[in-house]
Amino acid sequence: MSRVWAWLRHQAIVIYAGVAVAYLLIPIGVIAVFSFNDPAGKFNYSWEGFTLDYWTGAFDVPELNDALLNSLQLAALSTLIATALGTLIAIALVRHHFFGRTPANFLIVIPMATPEVVIGAALLSMFLIYGIPLGFTTLLIAHVMFSISFVVVVVRSRLIGFDRSLEEAARDLGANPFQTFRLVTLPLLLPGVIGAALLAFALSIDDFVISVFNSGDTITFPLFIFGASQRAIPVQVYSVATILFLAVLAAMAFVIWQQRRAERMAAMADEADEPYAATPAFPPAPGAAGG
Amino acid sequence: MSPGLRRRLVPYFLLGPGLIWLLLFFVVPLYFMGRLSLESGTLETGFQFTWEWSNYTDSLSRFDNQFVRSFIYAGVATLIALLIAYPLAYAIAFRGGRWKNALLLIVVAPFFTTYLIRTIAWTTILSDDSFIVDALQTVALLGDDGRLLATPTAVIAGITYNFLPFMVLPIYASLERIDQSLIEAAKDLYSSSRQAFTRVTLPLSAPGIVAGTLLTFIPAAGDFVNAFYLGSINQQMVGNRIQSLYLNERDFPTAAALSFTLMAAILLIVFLYIRFAGSEALMGDEEEVE
Repeated sequence: MSRVWAWLRHQAIVIYAGVAVAYLLIPIGVIAVFSFNDPAGKFNYSWEGFTLDYWTGAFDVPELNDALLNSLQLAALSTLIATALGTLIAIALVRHHFFGRTPANFLIVIPMATPEVVIGAALLSMFLIYGIPLGFTTLLIAHVMFSISFVVVVVRSRLIGFDRSLEEAARDLGANPFQTFRLVTLPLLLPGVIGAALLAFALSIDDFVISVFNSGDTITFPLFIFGASQRAIPVQVYSVATILFLAVLAAMAFVIWQQRRAERMAAMADEADEPYAATPAFPPAPGAAGG
Repeated sequence: MSPGLRRRLVPYFLLGPGLIWLLLFFVVPLYFMGRLSLESGTLETGFQFTWEWSNYTDSLSRFDNQFVRSFIYAGVATLIALLIAYPLAYAIAFRGGRWKNALLLIVVAPFFTTYLIRTIAWTTILSDDSFIVDALQTVALLGDDGRLLATPTAVIAGITYNFLPFMVLPIYASLERIDQSLIEAAKDLYSSSRQAFTRVTLPLSAPGIVAGTLLTFIPAAGDFVNAFYLGSINQQMVGNRIQSLYLNERDFPTAAALSFTLMAAILLIVFLYIRFAGSEALMGDEEEVE
């Protein structure tokens, strides 16, 4: 009996963690399960019966498709811009000494420490005062703005673990600066940049709070859900959300797998040296509340 | 241009575009929101800038309940999230083994579904004829006509859930960095497991706790989605009022004043908290230039 107790005490934390993991996964499970529901009335709140209708017809709601298309375009554009701007900032912060580091750092951290509702409201205030019409452009401005800081954080964490002797070696072997960048720096930096881009994409496609202030008549996926939730949410939203979930999951798993492979190769390359510093594919993202 | 000058200018060219974007679309908008918060008038007559400080006092006295609620809900949710997250992060860091990455992926999995949808999923889970409400009624924790939706419990549960990954990740990162030999050294010096934890592990993970609580508390205090879906009019938070004043009632000065007060209050709390917790706990590993 005491052995059982000792085992239980040893495993208590693992059991507790298991319950916490279940708590994290329950709503996701509910979404997936209810995408197979066949609701009797307009409301998809209680289980009525199994159907595949909303998976085979996942894209049968034209407004939902338009919203998804808007979201994808917006996320792709804002990811592209924010990743470029953020990567440049990260390189400057890690590689260069310059006057004004502290204020620059401050400017990057503060947006992540500001509640989204304030960011959205402030942008709307400016657009109102200048009479700028709200729509796709204002959404793009907002999405790039809140993504930059996160890109900087991710790329910077990758740059810090960067072995600069590799670049020196390339130059010693006769590579010019451009070749060094293309053949050494970029491939080593790429996992960090891809991780940052994925995060920026996920933040953008999921943003509700800042978007609701600055969208005008442009409807994104979260804004469609918000509008629909005041009447009745089409079941297709659940199937599309599940599809998005699986896509992001696959992308993240791929990045982690790539990164581990890169680390293993790096560790093999300098056996004598200590193993390559591991940097996570996605950061302990501060402020990525989504919404 | 001399090469020396060019070299000194390089960082500014790299920083320039991104920082200008942040200046134009983060700092400047805050200035305009400040200006808007001091205007008077109505939507019909138009708004004029009149140094209308009474917007602040009026909005505070009108919405004091929502303010108090925001900070209480955010505080309680942060505390519960810490109680859930610390053991979870500990288990992943020290007992995760080869499953670490997979477990971390599960921790951030909620972020892979749309924020609104996972909050709406909670309305299904907590709805009046749900399994949970039935179970709680059976064990008499909830009266026969008791409900979970439209209660503070539901709103706090939703906030805790939605921001939990922000708590887990920094705590995990700080636990992961701990040199295991320190814990072994403590045990070699005859500390009990409990002493090794309270004297070595816990202090070394303090930066993660400080970062996690901040990253949870800040968005939680400004949130309005959970109160919107899981609460009723009696659980409204400041965020709800800001959203509706801007977008429905279109009383921009009051809304702007409310936003500024919220931001100031959060900054004040964060400042006091960091003073109390020690800034090195948060900023400890920030400087990395070679």
